[in-house]
Amino acid sequence: MTTTDAPPAGPPPAGKRRIGDAVFAGLARGSGYLILLILAGVAAFLIIQAWPSLSANTVSFLGSREWEANTRENPAFGVAALAFGTVLAAAIALVIATPVAIGVALFIVYYADSRLASPLGYLVDLLAAIPSVVYGLWGIGFLAPQLVPVYEALTRYLGWIPLFAGPASNSARTMLTAGIVLAVMILPIITAMSRDVFKQVPQGHREAALAMGATRWEMIRLAVLPFGKSGVVGGAMLGLGRALGETMAVAMILSPALVISFALLKSGNQTIAAHIALQYPEATGYGVSALIAAGLVLFAITLAVNMSARYVVARGSKESR
Amino acid sequence: MAKRIDVSGLHVYYGDFLAVEDVSMTIEPRSVTAFIGSSGCGKSTFLRTLNRMHEVTPGAYAQGKVLIDDMDIYGPDIDPVTVRGQVGMVFQKANPFPTMSIYDNVIAGARLNSRRMSRSAADDLVEESLRGANLWEEVKDRLGKPGASLSGGQQQRLCIARATAVKPSVLLMDEPCSALDPISTLAIEDLIHKLKEDYTIVIVTHNMQQAARVSDRTAFFNLAGPGKPGKLIEMGETSQMFTRPEKKETENYITGRFG
Repeated sequence: MTTTDAPPAGPPPAGKRRIGDAVFAGLARGSGYLILLILAGVAAFLIIQAWPSLSANTVSFLGSREWEANTRENPAFGVAALAFGTVLAAAIALVIATPVAIGVALFIVYYADSRLASPLGYLVDLLAAIPSVVYGLWGIGFLAPQLVPVYEALTRYLGWIPLFAGPASNSARTMLTAGIVLAVMILPIITAMSRDVFKQVPQGHREAALAMGATRWEMIRLAVLPFGKSGVVGGAMLGLGRALGETMAVAMILSPALVISFALLKSGNQTIAAHIALQYPEATGYGVSALIAAGLVLFAITLAVNMSARYVVARGSKESR
Repeated sequence: MAKRIDVSGLHVYYGDFLAVEDVSMTIEPRSVTAFIGSSGCGKSTFLRTLNRMHEVTPGAYAQGKVLIDDMDIYGPDIDPVTVRGQVGMVFQKANPFPTMSIYDNVIAGARLNSRRMSRSAADDLVEESLRGANLWEEVKDRLGKPGASLSGGQQQRLCIARATAVKPSVLLMDEPCSALDPISTLAIEDLIHKLKEDYTIVIVTHNMQQAARVSDRTAFFNLAGPGKPGKLIEMGETSQMFTRPEKKETENYITGRFG
């Protein structure tokens, strides 16, 4: 830094370097690089720690469902069932939460009285502040018992649909219950993002629709939803990211089994995050390394989801300009 | 198709604030009526009460009577949605739906009323509306392109095509040229001349030459004083308003701007 040097002869430089600017720019740049460094560090840690078990694995890691990793030789483990369960639980949550979130956001922005709208928005945000262990307790202690008769009825009358194949679990600690709880947990983020983007719909677009005789719903369909699509998708992807990584609530609710099954009402299935949380305390031999390998897969899935969310949002905002 | 508008004793409020006071006027069918006056004098607000668009603003309401032919648009069992189907509107800023193609923009309003329009009927309506808006020749080869890809003047004519595709009897225009260059403005003014054969047209404008060029009758609005509501000062034949206005206020406004 040469800010204290005497100014050179001739025309003054275009911009004077100020010490405060330089410090702030350095801090900001450093914080930016730090994020990259942390991300790279996590990835490196996962790969290095996972490597011993992956190289000793006797079955296909990505294709196998078994988990015999707590040995000192010849471990046999795979993430197929876990990855399947992770994606399935998150997908259920997304399918349930997205329409509800869009509805809540539309209600808050376009239907509710302003005296009702802001407390309601605040309450939805509050849902995000509830710790996941509380959601887990709620799921296992309240929701699951309520759902037992519902599931029995579903298997009896809709059992011909593979999703609802029986027999229903008599504790209701199943994939669908986990998915419902996850849906409640990701509702706030999807609602918040949808609400923000619905609020930004230009008045000109809304008036254009109304002026040609659109009802309020038609106005929303013509002007609000097309404009807000990218925001809703982005919110849904962020919610999906959260649902994929959610550990505690799922670990408490599911009664685990390493199967690949679309039967949402039978007990079985497991997610990566919950599996790691439950197995880690008892892991021996190659066990820890194998769990870290599963974590690496979760990291990759979550990263891919988040990046596609960014992509969708960026593309959408370019289109609507 | 064109209909007469009869306004009597209309007051417009924003909450407690009286924005426009006691307007009565008759707007003839198949003619162009221009509203002039300084900014904030309530002419746009009044225009929006003619199709109940002012109700979009929270707290805004109107008292009085507006008859469109025989329909009292503030009647107890009249749905604003029905009114707006009869009385179309074009805004200051061209506002085609950004995610829709030119074709879909034109047909958007008409689709609301008749869901099951046949493909050929829709094609015909799009062509008819775009021809009516003097836009067909410019866009007929790229109907699938987004409406936002057009120039500002073309977008405004697209909005006019979209409004006329609903088959209204009245067309309200709220400063439709104030964001356009002179050539695009001329294109819109030519279009207004053509449209008045089929519609009752009401246009708000800040450009007095424009009012003189396009309108048959002119209404001058002004504030009764600072913080006071806007009022209709005078209304008459455009040629007379711009040469021998009856009121001193009108003359001051017109000569001031032309000066």
